[in-house]
Amino acid sequence: MDDSMTKNGRNGYRVLVFSLLMIAWVIFSGLIDGFHLSLGLISCGIVTWMSSDLLFENRWMPLRKRIRQGFLLGFYFLWLIWQVILSNIHLLKLAFGPRSALSPQIIKFESNLESDFEKFLLANSITLTPGTVTMKIIGQTFYIHAISDIAADGLDGEMERRIAKIFAR
Amino acid sequence: MIQETIITIISALFILAGLIFFLGAAMGLLRFPDFYTRMHAAGKGDTLSSLLVVLGFAIYQLHDFTSIQSDWPVILVIFKLLAICTFIMITSPTSTHALMNAGWEDDIEPEVKGKEANDLAKDFPEK
Repeated sequence: MDDSMTKNGRNGYRVLVFSLLMIAWVIFSGLIDGFHLSLGLISCGIVTWMSSDLLFENRWMPLRKRIRQGFLLGFYFLWLIWQVILSNIHLLKLAFGPRSALSPQIIKFESNLESDFEKFLLANSITLTPGTVTMKIIGQTFYIHAISDIAADGLDGEMERRIAKIFAR
Repeated sequence: MIQETIITIISALFILAGLIFFLGAAMGLLRFPDFYTRMHAAGKGDTLSSLLVVLGFAIYQLHDFTSIQSDWPVILVIFKLLAICTFIMITSPTSTHALMNAGWEDDIEPEVKGKEANDLAKDFPEK
């Protein structure tokens, strides 16, 4: 990779961070006049200049790939919302059902995911899917508290495969 | 106005569904046997029910929407409510996980169906 290309990549990330900040500014301020927009331009500019490296970890990745990941992540979130609904119906049944339906257990789950963000996403998704909550993460080992046998059986690698597919290199 | 009635009814349905899930969470919180199972009820129930209630509010914002020229601030309000939804989706499972982890670190004994069903106790017998 020659020098001019890396410089372009970094500027692309700056533009991306700046536009995300500016969109947030306009939505949250709600005042679209010259004075408030220029205040927004100044403060978003300062934040981008000082701390735009905080938002994305790997800045060598081409922007096109990053945008594709963003889209896949959006679809993943839609699937996750469906899982949240299923999980709440499951919980509702347990809450009003007999005590004997519960069989709490703690299971170990080995994952192959490496980056922190992927592990964070997997842990949160496990917590949101029916009957399971992530208790502890040590390295790549997840300890998961499952509330019933059905929930424990549902813990195959499907979610991990979905996450790995989003971040495939 | 027909549009106003329909949108009010839809948003009321969302809020009602949210309240039902809140009721389930509260029931679980009272009925489940130990700290960890109660965290299941609190963590999951709260996520979906607050999402549904906030989405109900967002839909209600559209009840007197006529044109984008005069009513664009309404769209901004909807985006703000959707931002709240995103924050809930991210923070609620994280805080559930943090509390479960803290409970284990603080030696709260989980009630499991049998001794062999606790992999964490097997791997860390000194706790």
